[in-house]
Amino acid sequence: MIEKGTWKVKAGLAQMLKGGVIMDVVTPEQAKIAEEAGACAVMALERVPADIRATGGVARMADPAIILAIMEAVTIPVMAKCRIGHFVEAQVLEALRVDFIDESEVLTPADESHHVWKHDFKVPFVCGCRDLGEALRRIAEGAAMIRTKGEAGTGNIVEAVRHMRAVQDGIRKLQALPVDELAAEAKALGAPLELVIEVHKTGKLPVVNFAAGGIATPADAALMMQLGADGVFVGSGIFKSANPEVRAKAIVKATTHYRDPAIIAEVSKALGAPMPGLDIKTIPPQELLAPRGW
Amino acid sequence: MKIGVLSLQGGVAEHITMLNRLGAQATEVRLPVELNDLDGLIISGGESTTITRLMSDYNLAEPIKKLAIQGFPIFGTCAGMILLAKRVSDSSLRPLGVLDIEVQRNAFGRQKDSFEIDLSIPILGQEKFRGIFIRAPIITGVNSGFDVLCQLNEDENVAVRQGKLLACTFHPELTDDLRFHDYFLSLVRGKVT
Repeated sequence: MIEKGTWKVKAGLAQMLKGGVIMDVVTPEQAKIAEEAGACAVMALERVPADIRATGGVARMADPAIILAIMEAVTIPVMAKCRIGHFVEAQVLEALRVDFIDESEVLTPADESHHVWKHDFKVPFVCGCRDLGEALRRIAEGAAMIRTKGEAGTGNIVEAVRHMRAVQDGIRKLQALPVDELAAEAKALGAPLELVIEVHKTGKLPVVNFAAGGIATPADAALMMQLGADGVFVGSGIFKSANPEVRAKAIVKATTHYRDPAIIAEVSKALGAPMPGLDIKTIPPQELLAPRGW
Repeated sequence: MKIGVLSLQGGVAEHITMLNRLGAQATEVRLPVELNDLDGLIISGGESTTITRLMSDYNLAEPIKKLAIQGFPIFGTCAGMILLAKRVSDSSLRPLGVLDIEVQRNAFGRQKDSFEIDLSIPILGQEKFRGIFIRAPIITGVNSGFDVLCQLNEDENVAVRQGKLLACTFHPELTDDLRFHDYFLSLVRGKVT
Protein backbone atom coordinates (compact mmCIF):
# COMPACT_ATOMS: atom_id res chain seq x y z
CA MET A 1 0.00 0.00 0.00
CA ILE A 2 1.26 3.48 -0.91
CA GLU A 3 1.99 5.74 2.06
CA LYS A 4 2.48 9.41 1.25
CA GLY A 5 4.01 12.18 3.34
CA THR A 6 5.76 9.81 5.77
CA TRP A 7 8.60 10.99 8.00
CA LYS A 8 11.03 9.02 5.79
CA VAL A 9 10.07 10.86 2.60
CA LYS A 10 9.99 14.23 4.37
CA ALA A 11 13.40 13.89 6.04
CA GLY A 12 14.60 12.04 2.93
CA LEU A 13 14.06 15.03 0.63
CA ALA A 14 16.23 17.12 2.96
CA GLN A 15 18.90 14.39 2.76
CA MET A 16 18.84 14.66 -1.04
CA LEU A 17 19.48 18.43 -0.80
CA LYS A 18 22.75 17.90 1.09
CA GLY A 19 25.91 19.39 -0.31
CA GLY A 20 23.77 21.86 -2.23
CA VAL A 21 22.85 25.53 -2.31
CA ILE A 22 19.26 26.76 -1.87
CA MET A 23 18.81 30.22 -3.34
CA ASP A 24 16.24 32.95 -2.60
CA VAL A 25 14.46 34.11 -5.75
CA VAL A 26 11.66 36.62 -6.34
CA THR A 27 10.89 36.08 -10.04
CA PRO A 28 10.72 33.12 -12.47
CA GLU A 29 13.74 34.60 -14.30
CA GLN A 30 15.82 34.55 -11.12
CA ALA A 31 14.65 30.98 -10.45
CA LYS A 32 15.92 29.92 -13.89
CA ILE A 33 19.28 31.63 -13.27
CA ALA A 34 19.53 29.78 -9.93
CA GLU A 35 18.67 26.42 -11.51
CA GLU A 36 21.13 26.97 -14.34
CA ALA A 37 23.83 27.88 -11.81
CA GLY A 38 23.32 24.54 -10.04
CA ALA A 39 21.05 25.41 -7.11
CA CYS A 40 19.57 22.24 -5.58
CA ALA A 41 16.35 24.14 -4.72
CA VAL A 42 14.97 27.66 -4.69
CA MET A 43 13.09 29.64 -2.05
CA ALA A 44 10.21 31.55 -3.69
CA LEU A 45 9.76 34.97 -2.10
CA GLU A 46 8.14 38.33 -2.72
CA ARG A 47 11.18 40.16 -1.34
CA VAL A 48 14.64 38.95 -0.31
CA PRO A 49 15.51 39.47 3.37
CA ALA A 50 17.66 42.57 2.70
CA ASP A 51 14.61 44.25 1.13
CA ILE A 52 12.27 43.02 3.88
CA ARG A 53 14.68 44.61 6.35
CA ALA A 54 14.77 47.87 4.36
CA THR A 55 11.00 48.03 3.81
CA GLY A 56 9.95 47.38 7.40
CA GLY A 57 6.30 46.79 8.35
CA VAL A 58 4.73 43.33 8.53
CA ALA A 59 6.32 40.70 6.27
CA ARG A 60 3.92 37.90 5.25
CA MET A 61 3.78 34.79 3.07
CA ALA A 62 4.43 35.66 -0.60
CA ASP A 63 1.62 36.14 -3.12
CA PRO A 64 0.60 32.63 -4.34
CA ALA A 65 0.77 33.92 -7.93
CA ILE A 66 4.52 34.57 -7.52
CA ILE A 67 5.11 31.18 -5.91
CA LEU A 68 3.19 29.35 -8.66
CA ALA A 69 5.02 31.23 -11.42
CA ILE A 70 8.35 30.18 -9.90
CA MET A 71 7.16 26.56 -9.53
CA GLU A 72 6.22 26.63 -13.21
CA ALA A 73 9.64 27.98 -14.24
CA VAL A 74 11.95 25.30 -12.77
CA THR A 75 12.14 21.53 -12.25
CA ILE A 76 14.14 21.66 -8.99
CA PRO A 77 12.28 21.70 -5.62
CA VAL A 78 10.60 24.98 -4.69
CA MET A 79 10.36 26.12 -1.07
CA ALA A 80 8.29 28.98 0.35
CA LYS A 81 8.10 30.75 3.70
CA CYS A 82 5.24 31.04 6.19
CA ARG A 83 5.24 33.17 9.33
CA ILE A 84 6.18 31.49 12.62
CA GLY A 85 3.00 29.94 14.05
CA HIS A 86 0.86 30.87 11.03
CA PHE A 87 -0.50 27.41 10.32
CA VAL A 88 -3.02 28.69 7.77
CA GLU A 89 -0.26 30.21 5.64
CA ALA A 90 1.37 26.76 5.91
CA GLN A 91 -1.90 25.10 4.82
CA VAL A 92 -2.06 27.47 1.84
CA LEU A 93 1.53 26.65 0.85
CA GLU A 94 0.75 22.93 1.09
CA ALA A 95 -2.33 23.44 -1.08
CA LEU A 96 -0.10 25.19 -3.65
CA ARG A 97 2.03 22.00 -3.55
CA VAL A 98 5.32 23.68 -2.74
CA ASP A 99 7.99 21.06 -1.99
CA PHE A 100 9.17 22.44 1.36
CA ILE A 101 7.85 25.05 3.82
CA ASP A 102 10.22 27.32 5.74
CA GLU A 103 8.60 28.46 8.99
CA SER A 104 10.76 31.55 9.03
CA GLU A 105 11.83 34.29 11.42
CA VAL A 106 12.48 36.44 8.33
CA LEU A 107 8.71 37.03 8.19
CA THR A 108 6.91 38.77 11.05
CA PRO A 109 5.80 36.10 13.57
CA ALA A 110 2.06 35.38 13.80
CA ASP A 111 2.31 33.65 17.18
CA GLU A 112 4.85 34.52 19.88
CA SER A 113 4.17 31.37 21.93
CA HIS A 114 3.59 28.54 19.49
CA HIS A 115 5.22 27.33 16.33
CA VAL A 116 3.26 25.35 13.70
CA TRP A 117 2.57 21.70 14.66
CA LYS A 118 4.36 20.39 11.61
CA HIS A 119 3.49 16.71 12.02
CA ASP A 120 0.01 17.53 10.65
CA PHE A 121 1.40 18.27 7.19
CA LYS A 122 2.38 16.00 4.29
CA VAL A 123 4.86 18.61 3.03
CA PRO A 124 8.14 18.81 4.98
CA PHE A 125 9.21 21.88 7.01
CA VAL A 126 12.55 23.54 7.62
CA CYS A 127 12.99 25.76 10.70
CA GLY A 128 15.71 28.06 11.99
CA CYS A 129 17.67 27.58 15.20
CA ARG A 130 20.34 29.36 17.26
CA ASP A 131 21.46 26.38 19.35
CA LEU A 132 20.87 22.68 19.95
CA GLY A 133 17.86 23.14 22.25
CA GLU A 134 16.02 25.25 19.68
CA ALA A 135 16.87 22.74 16.92
CA LEU A 136 15.49 19.83 18.96
CA ARG A 137 12.31 21.76 19.88
CA ARG A 138 11.59 22.33 16.20
CA ILE A 139 12.34 18.70 15.31
CA ALA A 140 9.96 17.59 18.08
CA GLU A 141 7.23 19.72 16.44
CA GLY A 142 7.90 17.93 13.14
CA ALA A 143 10.62 19.89 11.32
CA ALA A 144 12.25 17.53 8.79
CA MET A 145 15.21 19.87 8.28
CA ILE A 146 16.98 22.48 10.40
CA ARG A 147 18.99 25.54 9.44
CA THR A 148 20.87 28.11 11.46
CA LYS A 149 19.04 31.42 11.74
CA GLY A 150 22.10 33.59 11.29
CA GLU A 151 20.99 37.17 10.74
CA ALA A 152 19.21 37.25 7.39
CA GLY A 153 19.63 40.12 4.97
CA THR A 154 22.90 41.38 6.47
CA GLY A 155 25.51 39.68 4.28
CA ASN A 156 27.33 39.17 7.58
CA ILE A 157 28.29 35.58 8.42
CA VAL A 158 29.01 36.15 12.13
CA GLU A 159 25.61 35.06 13.48
CA ALA A 160 25.41 31.93 11.29
CA VAL A 161 28.86 30.93 12.59
CA ARG A 162 27.75 31.57 16.17
CA HIS A 163 24.62 29.43 15.70
CA MET A 164 26.37 26.57 13.89
CA ARG A 165 29.10 26.42 16.55
CA ALA A 166 26.44 26.48 19.28
CA VAL A 167 24.63 23.51 17.72
CA GLN A 168 27.87 21.54 17.27
CA ASP A 169 29.06 22.38 20.80
CA GLY A 170 25.70 21.24 22.15
CA ILE A 171 26.03 17.93 20.33
CA ARG A 172 29.61 17.36 21.55
CA LYS A 173 28.55 18.14 25.11
CA LEU A 174 25.67 15.65 24.95
CA GLN A 175 27.97 12.93 23.62
CA ALA A 176 30.35 13.43 26.52
CA LEU A 177 27.69 13.34 29.26
CA PRO A 178 27.00 10.17 31.25
CA VAL A 179 23.51 8.74 30.66
CA ASP A 180 22.26 9.65 34.14
CA GLU A 181 22.87 13.36 33.45
CA LEU A 182 20.89 13.49 30.20
CA ALA A 183 17.52 14.24 31.83
CA ALA A 184 18.87 17.32 33.59
CA GLU A 185 20.56 18.41 30.36
CA ALA A 186 17.26 17.96 28.48
CA LYS A 187 15.65 20.25 31.05
CA ALA A 188 18.42 22.82 30.64
CA LEU A 189 18.16 22.67 26.82
CA GLY A 190 14.36 22.82 26.90
CA ALA A 191 14.32 19.82 24.57
CA PRO A 192 12.52 16.44 24.70
CA LEU A 193 14.50 13.75 26.52
CA GLU A 194 14.02 11.16 23.73
CA LEU A 195 15.73 13.44 21.20
CA VAL A 196 18.47 14.29 23.70
CA ILE A 197 19.14 10.57 24.20
CA GLU A 198 19.20 10.04 20.43
CA VAL A 199 21.77 12.80 19.88
CA HIS A 200 23.84 11.46 22.81
CA LYS A 201 23.95 8.06 21.07
CA THR A 202 24.41 9.10 17.43
CA GLY A 203 26.47 12.27 17.83
CA LYS A 204 24.39 14.08 15.21
CA LEU A 205 21.03 15.75 14.71
CA PRO A 206 18.24 13.42 13.60
CA VAL A 207 17.68 15.60 10.51
CA VAL A 208 19.79 17.53 8.01
CA ASN A 209 21.19 20.88 9.20
CA PHE A 210 21.91 23.67 6.70
CA ALA A 211 23.53 27.06 7.29
CA ALA A 212 21.58 30.25 6.59
CA GLY A 213 21.57 33.94 7.38
CA GLY A 214 24.47 36.04 6.09
CA ILE A 215 26.22 33.92 3.44
CA ALA A 216 27.53 36.27 0.72
CA THR A 217 30.72 34.73 -0.72
CA PRO A 218 32.02 31.30 -1.83
CA ALA A 219 34.35 31.33 1.19
CA ASP A 220 31.39 32.00 3.50
CA ALA A 221 29.64 28.91 2.11
CA ALA A 222 32.76 26.74 2.49
CA LEU A 223 33.30 28.08 6.03
CA MET A 224 29.83 26.94 7.05
CA MET A 225 30.38 23.53 5.41
CA GLN A 226 33.68 23.06 7.24
CA LEU A 227 31.92 23.99 10.48
CA GLY A 228 29.57 21.06 9.90
CA ALA A 229 26.68 22.37 7.78
CA ASP A 230 25.11 19.85 5.40
CA GLY A 231 24.47 22.58 2.81
CA VAL A 232 23.70 26.29 2.59
CA PHE A 233 20.88 28.73 2.00
CA VAL A 234 21.85 31.95 0.26
CA GLY A 235 19.25 34.67 0.61
CA SER A 236 20.06 38.19 -0.42
CA GLY A 237 23.71 37.24 -1.10
CA ILE A 238 23.18 36.30 -4.74
CA PHE A 239 20.60 38.62 -6.28
CA LYS A 240 21.77 41.65 -4.26
CA SER A 241 25.30 41.25 -5.61
CA ALA A 242 26.70 42.93 -8.74
CA ASN A 243 26.82 39.74 -10.84
CA PRO A 244 24.29 37.15 -9.57
CA GLU A 245 24.88 34.54 -12.27
CA VAL A 246 28.62 34.26 -11.75
CA ARG A 247 28.37 34.48 -7.95
CA ALA A 248 25.67 31.79 -7.83
CA LYS A 249 27.85 29.35 -9.80
CA ALA A 250 30.86 30.15 -7.62
CA ILE A 251 28.96 29.52 -4.39
CA VAL A 252 27.67 26.17 -5.74
CA LYS A 253 31.22 25.08 -6.58
CA ALA A 254 32.64 26.24 -3.24
CA THR A 255 29.92 24.30 -1.41
CA THR A 256 30.80 21.06 -3.23
CA HIS A 257 34.57 21.55 -2.98
CA TYR A 258 34.45 23.07 0.49
CA ARG A 259 37.63 21.34 1.66
CA ASP A 260 39.66 22.40 -1.38
CA PRO A 261 41.07 25.95 -0.84
CA ALA A 262 42.62 26.01 -4.35
CA ILE A 263 39.20 25.55 -5.94
CA ILE A 264 37.60 28.09 -3.58
CA ALA A 265 40.34 30.58 -4.58
CA GLU A 266 39.76 29.90 -8.26
CA VAL A 267 35.98 30.38 -8.12
CA SER A 268 36.31 33.51 -5.95
CA LYS A 269 38.16 35.45 -8.67
CA ALA A 270 36.56 38.56 -10.19
CA LEU A 271 33.02 38.01 -8.95
CA GLY A 272 32.20 41.73 -8.82
CA ALA A 273 30.89 43.46 -5.73
CA PRO A 274 29.20 41.28 -3.11
CA MET A 275 25.98 42.52 -1.48
CA PRO A 276 26.61 45.47 0.83
CA GLY A 277 27.00 44.12 4.36
CA LEU A 278 25.65 45.26 7.71
CA ASP A 279 27.48 45.24 11.04
CA ILE A 280 25.12 43.42 13.43
CA LYS A 281 26.06 45.87 16.22
CA THR A 282 24.55 48.76 14.26
CA ILE A 283 21.12 47.07 14.02
CA PRO A 284 18.68 48.19 16.73
CA PRO A 285 17.77 45.15 18.91
CA GLN A 286 14.07 45.33 17.93
CA GLU A 287 15.06 44.92 14.27
CA LEU A 288 17.05 41.70 14.76
CA LEU A 289 15.37 38.67 13.16
CA ALA A 290 17.12 35.77 14.92
CA PRO A 291 15.46 36.30 18.36
CA ARG A 292 12.02 35.72 16.77
CA GLY A 293 10.64 32.32 17.81
CA TRP A 294 11.97 30.35 20.80
CA MET B 1 37.15 -3.72 -2.38
CA LYS B 2 37.04 0.04 -2.91
CA ILE B 3 33.85 1.76 -4.07
CA GLY B 4 33.68 5.44 -4.99
CA VAL B 5 30.60 7.52 -4.28
CA LEU B 6 30.16 10.55 -6.53
CA SER B 7 30.04 13.36 -3.95
CA LEU B 8 29.11 16.45 -5.91
CA GLN B 9 25.74 16.88 -4.20
CA GLY B 10 23.03 14.75 -2.59
CA GLY B 11 22.64 11.75 -0.29
CA VAL B 12 26.28 10.64 -0.27
CA ALA B 13 26.92 9.77 3.38
CA GLU B 14 24.01 7.30 3.37
CA HIS B 15 25.64 5.22 0.62
CA ILE B 16 29.00 5.32 2.39
CA THR B 17 27.37 4.03 5.58
CA MET B 18 25.72 1.14 3.66
CA LEU B 19 29.01 0.21 1.96
CA ASN B 20 30.94 0.30 5.22
CA ARG B 21 28.33 -1.87 6.91
CA LEU B 22 28.87 -4.42 4.12
CA GLY B 23 32.63 -4.37 4.73
CA ALA B 24 33.55 -2.43 1.59
CA GLN B 25 35.85 0.57 1.58
CA ALA B 26 34.03 3.72 0.42
CA THR B 27 35.58 6.92 -0.84
CA GLU B 28 34.21 10.28 -1.98
CA VAL B 29 34.70 11.30 -5.61
CA ARG B 30 34.65 15.00 -6.55
CA LEU B 31 37.47 15.17 -9.10
CA PRO B 32 38.54 12.87 -11.99
CA VAL B 33 41.76 11.77 -10.24
CA GLU B 34 39.61 10.26 -7.46
CA LEU B 35 38.19 7.75 -9.99
CA ASN B 36 41.53 5.92 -10.06
CA ASP B 37 41.90 2.56 -8.29
CA LEU B 38 38.17 2.00 -7.78
CA ASP B 39 36.35 -1.29 -8.16
CA GLY B 40 32.92 0.32 -8.57
CA LEU B 41 31.08 3.64 -8.46
CA ILE B 42 27.80 4.77 -6.93
CA ILE B 43 25.99 7.88 -8.18
CA SER B 44 23.72 9.02 -5.38
CA GLY B 45 20.35 10.70 -5.30
CA GLY B 46 20.23 14.47 -5.21
CA GLU B 47 19.30 17.10 -7.78
CA SER B 48 20.13 15.79 -11.24
CA THR B 49 20.50 19.33 -12.69
CA THR B 50 23.02 20.28 -9.96
CA ILE B 51 25.05 17.07 -10.28
CA THR B 52 25.10 17.25 -14.11
CA ARG B 53 26.41 20.80 -14.04
CA LEU B 54 29.18 20.00 -11.54
CA MET B 55 30.07 16.81 -13.39
CA SER B 56 30.69 18.76 -16.58
CA ASP B 57 32.43 21.70 -14.84
CA TYR B 58 34.94 19.35 -13.22
CA ASN B 59 35.44 17.06 -16.25
CA LEU B 60 33.94 13.97 -14.65
CA ALA B 61 31.39 13.17 -17.35
CA GLU B 62 33.82 11.80 -19.96
CA PRO B 63 35.89 9.57 -17.67
CA ILE B 64 32.75 8.10 -16.06
CA LYS B 65 31.25 7.48 -19.49
CA LYS B 66 34.43 5.75 -20.58
CA LEU B 67 34.42 3.53 -17.49
CA ALA B 68 30.78 2.58 -18.07
CA ILE B 69 31.47 1.60 -21.68
CA GLN B 70 34.42 -0.55 -20.53
CA GLY B 71 32.05 -2.54 -18.30
CA PHE B 72 32.95 -0.88 -15.01
CA PRO B 73 30.27 -1.49 -12.31
CA ILE B 74 28.14 1.62 -11.64
CA PHE B 75 25.04 1.88 -9.45
CA GLY B 76 22.77 4.92 -9.78
CA THR B 77 19.91 5.70 -7.41
CA CYS B 78 17.19 8.22 -8.30
CA ALA B 79 19.11 11.24 -9.68
CA GLY B 80 22.04 8.85 -10.20
CA MET B 81 19.85 6.76 -12.46
CA ILE B 82 18.76 9.83 -14.44
CA LEU B 83 22.42 10.68 -15.03
CA LEU B 84 23.14 7.21 -16.42
CA ALA B 85 20.16 7.25 -18.78
CA LYS B 86 20.33 7.77 -22.53
CA ARG B 87 17.15 9.81 -22.84
CA VAL B 88 15.48 12.11 -20.33
CA SER B 89 12.08 13.62 -21.03
CA ASP B 90 13.43 17.02 -20.03
CA SER B 91 15.66 18.43 -22.71
CA SER B 92 17.56 20.86 -20.48
CA LEU B 93 19.46 17.95 -18.94
CA ARG B 94 22.52 16.33 -20.50
CA PRO B 95 22.87 12.85 -18.96
CA LEU B 96 25.84 10.52 -19.48
CA GLY B 97 23.79 8.40 -21.86
CA VAL B 98 25.35 5.03 -21.02
CA LEU B 99 22.24 3.14 -19.91
CA ASP B 100 19.89 2.57 -22.84
CA ILE B 101 16.71 3.64 -21.07
CA GLU B 102 14.34 6.56 -21.24
CA VAL B 103 13.37 8.22 -17.97
CA GLN B 104 10.81 10.75 -16.90
CA ARG B 105 11.81 13.07 -14.06
CA ASN B 106 9.43 13.84 -11.16
CA ALA B 107 7.08 11.27 -12.68
CA PHE B 108 4.79 11.02 -9.66
CA GLY B 109 4.45 14.77 -9.08
CA ARG B 110 5.86 17.11 -6.46
CA GLN B 111 7.09 16.34 -2.94
CA LYS B 112 3.53 15.98 -1.57
CA ASP B 113 3.23 12.89 -3.80
CA SER B 114 6.46 11.30 -2.57
CA PHE B 115 5.72 7.89 -1.06
CA GLU B 116 6.83 4.61 0.47
CA ILE B 117 5.71 1.18 -0.67
CA ASP B 118 6.71 -2.48 -0.24
CA LEU B 119 8.34 -3.79 -3.43
CA SER B 120 8.84 -7.31 -4.76
CA ILE B 121 12.40 -7.67 -6.03
CA PRO B 122 12.89 -11.39 -6.81
CA ILE B 123 16.70 -11.22 -7.13
CA LEU B 124 16.87 -9.97 -3.51
CA GLY B 125 14.74 -12.84 -2.20
CA GLN B 126 11.18 -13.35 -1.00
CA GLU B 127 11.13 -10.65 1.63
CA LYS B 128 9.68 -7.33 0.43
CA PHE B 129 11.99 -4.35 -0.04
CA ARG B 130 10.85 -0.95 1.27
CA GLY B 131 10.84 1.44 -1.67
CA ILE B 132 11.27 5.10 -0.76
CA PHE B 133 10.29 7.29 -3.71
CA ILE B 134 11.13 11.01 -3.37
CA ARG B 135 10.10 13.21 -6.30
CA ALA B 136 11.05 10.04 -8.11
CA PRO B 137 11.58 9.43 -11.81
CA ILE B 138 10.32 6.34 -13.67
CA ILE B 139 11.88 4.33 -16.44
CA THR B 140 9.53 4.65 -19.39
CA GLY B 141 11.43 2.83 -22.10
CA VAL B 142 13.64 -0.26 -21.81
CA ASN B 143 15.31 -2.09 -24.68
CA SER B 144 16.06 -5.80 -24.90
CA GLY B 145 19.19 -6.92 -23.11
CA PHE B 146 17.90 -5.47 -19.87
CA ASP B 147 17.01 -7.22 -16.65
CA VAL B 148 13.97 -5.48 -15.22
CA LEU B 149 14.49 -6.10 -11.52
CA CYS B 150 11.37 -4.42 -10.22
CA GLN B 151 8.13 -2.89 -11.45
CA LEU B 152 5.67 -0.77 -9.54
CA ASN B 153 2.88 -1.51 -11.98
CA GLU B 154 2.98 -2.97 -15.45
CA ASP B 155 5.11 -0.62 -17.62
CA GLU B 156 6.37 1.24 -14.54
CA ASN B 157 9.93 -0.02 -14.25
CA VAL B 158 11.70 1.16 -11.12
CA ALA B 159 14.87 -0.97 -11.06
CA VAL B 160 16.91 -2.30 -13.99
CA ARG B 161 20.29 -3.82 -14.80
CA GLN B 162 22.27 -3.88 -18.01
CA GLY B 163 25.53 -5.75 -17.59
CA LYS B 164 27.28 -4.12 -14.67
CA LEU B 165 25.17 -0.98 -14.72
CA LEU B 166 22.53 -1.03 -12.00
CA ALA B 167 19.86 1.62 -11.53
CA CYS B 168 16.78 2.23 -9.43
CA THR B 169 14.38 5.13 -9.09
CA PHE B 170 13.97 4.77 -5.31
CA HIS B 171 16.41 5.11 -2.39
CA PRO B 172 17.76 1.84 -0.89
CA GLU B 173 20.30 4.03 0.96
CA LEU B 174 17.50 5.56 3.06
CA THR B 175 16.50 2.16 4.46
CA ASP B 176 18.28 -0.21 6.83
CA ASP B 177 18.03 -2.96 4.22
CA LEU B 178 21.49 -3.81 2.84
CA ARG B 179 20.33 -6.27 0.15
CA PHE B 180 20.37 -3.89 -2.83
CA HIS B 181 23.89 -2.67 -2.05
CA ASP B 182 24.97 -6.24 -1.40
CA TYR B 183 23.66 -7.18 -4.85
CA PHE B 184 25.72 -4.34 -6.37
CA LEU B 185 28.83 -5.58 -4.55
CA SER B 186 28.23 -9.06 -5.97
CA LEU B 187 28.20 -7.46 -9.44
CA VAL B 188 31.49 -5.77 -8.59
CA ARG B 189 32.96 -9.08 -7.46
CA GLY B 190 31.85 -10.60 -10.75
CA LYS B 191 29.59 -13.13 -9.08
CA VAL B 192 26.59 -12.02 -11.14
CA THR B 193 26.97 -11.78 -14.91
